[in-house]
Amino acid sequence: MSAAPSANALPPYASLRDKLVHHALRAFSVAALVFLIAPVLVIVPLAFNADPYFTYPIHEYTLKWFVEFFTNETWRVSVRNSFVIALAATFIATTLGTLAAVGLMHRNLPGRALITAILVSPMIVPIVIIAVGAYFFYSTLGIANSLTGIILAHAVLGTPFVLITVSATLAGFDLSLVRAARVLGASPWTAFRRITLPIIWPGVFSGALFAFATSFDEVVVVLFLGSVEQRTIPRQMWTGLREQLSPTILAAAVVMILISVAMLLTLEALRRRNARLRGLQA
Amino acid sequence: MRMTADAATGSAAGVGIDDPAALKQRLRRAELRQRLRAYALVLPLCLFTLLTFLVPIGLMLVNSVHDPLVAEELPRSGPLLRALPAGTISPDEAVFAALAADMKDAAGNQTASRIATRLNFEYGGLRSVFMKTTRVVNRTDAGPWKPLFLEADTAWGEPRIWTVLAQTSERYTPNHLLRAVDLTHDERGAVIREPADTRIHLMVFGRTLWVSLLVTLLCLAIGYPLAYWISHLPPRTGNLVMVLVLLPFWTSLLVRTTAWVVLLQKEGVVNSLLMATGLVSEPLQMTFNRFGVVIAMTHILLPFMILPLVSVMRGIPPAYVRAARSLGASPATAFRRVYLPQSLPGISAGVLLVFILALGYYITPALLGGAGDQMMSFFIADNLSRSLNWGLASALGALLLAGVLLLYAVYERTVGITNVRLG
Repeated sequence: MSAAPSANALPPYASLRDKLVHHALRAFSVAALVFLIAPVLVIVPLAFNADPYFTYPIHEYTLKWFVEFFTNETWRVSVRNSFVIALAATFIATTLGTLAAVGLMHRNLPGRALITAILVSPMIVPIVIIAVGAYFFYSTLGIANSLTGIILAHAVLGTPFVLITVSATLAGFDLSLVRAARVLGASPWTAFRRITLPIIWPGVFSGALFAFATSFDEVVVVLFLGSVEQRTIPRQMWTGLREQLSPTILAAAVVMILISVAMLLTLEALRRRNARLRGLQA
Repeated sequence: MRMTADAATGSAAGVGIDDPAALKQRLRRAELRQRLRAYALVLPLCLFTLLTFLVPIGLMLVNSVHDPLVAEELPRSGPLLRALPAGTISPDEAVFAALAADMKDAAGNQTASRIATRLNFEYGGLRSVFMKTTRVVNRTDAGPWKPLFLEADTAWGEPRIWTVLAQTSERYTPNHLLRAVDLTHDERGAVIREPADTRIHLMVFGRTLWVSLLVTLLCLAIGYPLAYWISHLPPRTGNLVMVLVLLPFWTSLLVRTTAWVVLLQKEGVVNSLLMATGLVSEPLQMTFNRFGVVIAMTHILLPFMILPLVSVMRGIPPAYVRAARSLGASPATAFRRVYLPQSLPGISAGVLLVFILALGYYITPALLGGAGDQMMSFFIADNLSRSLNWGLASALGALLLAGVLLLYAVYERTVGITNVRLG
């Protein structure tokens, strides 16, 4: 990778056309990055606008929408539900997903491709279909309007991410380390705990982050399976956007963005650590 | 522990080396044990996926053809209705009497309204006919029933009502699936296209495909050059730029949709910017139409295009393009003949992923689109929660699922699902 020459450093013999293409590509790319980032950033200052308008210029700044977000009973219930659901779903998804990834590491397992395809499919199947099915099934089980139903549905949405990230970490995993531990007398569980887990934990952790983010962001399942008592932050935002856009929604959005940034930075730090440990350039 | 102990006794007895057959057998046994252990590790997730994902979806598929409500609530008249010859206008008194007895029961257990609603899904207007007649029947103690029905509503003298009753009193029905592709039955029970004014589902499928295609092409058009640029940056800068790509990827879907509502609405940021610079004299309508849906979906799905593209492009050795150039190819030819084919795996991964994800979009079109921009998912949700037409919701879901699974199989074949890069 380090040998790859940079497109930014044009060779001295570059023709005028080369230069034009090069600059056009850079201008286009920067514009595309602005398109990606700007919409998210633009709404951040608006959450501090004292007037309940959603545009610039801002004449006076305030924290009152954030105070509203953190003190209003409806929003507080949503925050609590969001965290309870996401944490429980993440725990289930991470445990089951990691175990399955370790099992699927065995390359010559009959049916491996089919099992993987089925286990990853919750990531691909439209969320509405999962929500409709869950609604029918959990209604017959009597857990339709409960946190349990939402947690189970969210957990299955998160498992593909855990499976994929842990499998990716395991792809570079040297099985002879486990064999060495076993030969030296470790039980399978001890070998997993002391050898496998410390090596794959960045994958487990990023999978858990993905599972958490998936649940934390999910609204369609909550709409179908939850009553007002199970409302979450995204559900409150959805309701607000459909009825009346209020500045508190922007405050909620800013809090959500901060959480995303924290997760992204954690993941990036993990990736760098991983690359460093594997002797790649960070 | 046990395996190592086995190995120790084995080599002590000399079996392992002296007897190749025994060694082979023990190897096979050890491999079997390993395989079983691997299955045991995968099993919990398989069971969990089965219970929380496969069974619910299976239930939805069953519900798209299984609708036993009318069959259960009309136990006496059901068999008689099904036995009527196609095109019957006026069945005999026995059918009316059985129907009247069933209606009395239905009125007693408050299920008349549910039956009426179900009939109405098949044939608009039957709800009021059935409810009205049920009230009349419930007030009357004894027949003859036939004149009573005909007096309550003249619809009872038309062939259509008997066809609908006969069809809905079946436990398994193709009607929801037919309705999902805009087909219905005529009064004699033959399959025909729906009247033009209620023909919406095929159009919605077409719209869903079209919007998804448009979004996918836009993502490719924006994502390909950007991914090319990123993959040719020095690694350190490239990773920094990737963080910028990943930030929107990690930001909540609802937050990004909110952002686009704030940006595009009439009193929104873009409009005030345009007005302030004098580019437009009155605010542009950019929400509740196709423009808002497409631009927001492109923004939301763009990272799914960029991630596989960058990961493939970073693996393309620069030597090939250089060789092509030094052999006399123009930059355009070198790109087209050498670079582009090597980046194809990234293109197919990104295009398939974005297209599959776009097909199921619900939240963003619902918040940014108008009535004419809603996609398949919206109609599934709407039939489930507002119209309460579970059968039709399931049938539409089954069709959407079939389309997505088809593309998923292509994706599996061409890309391999575990090769998805998640940042």
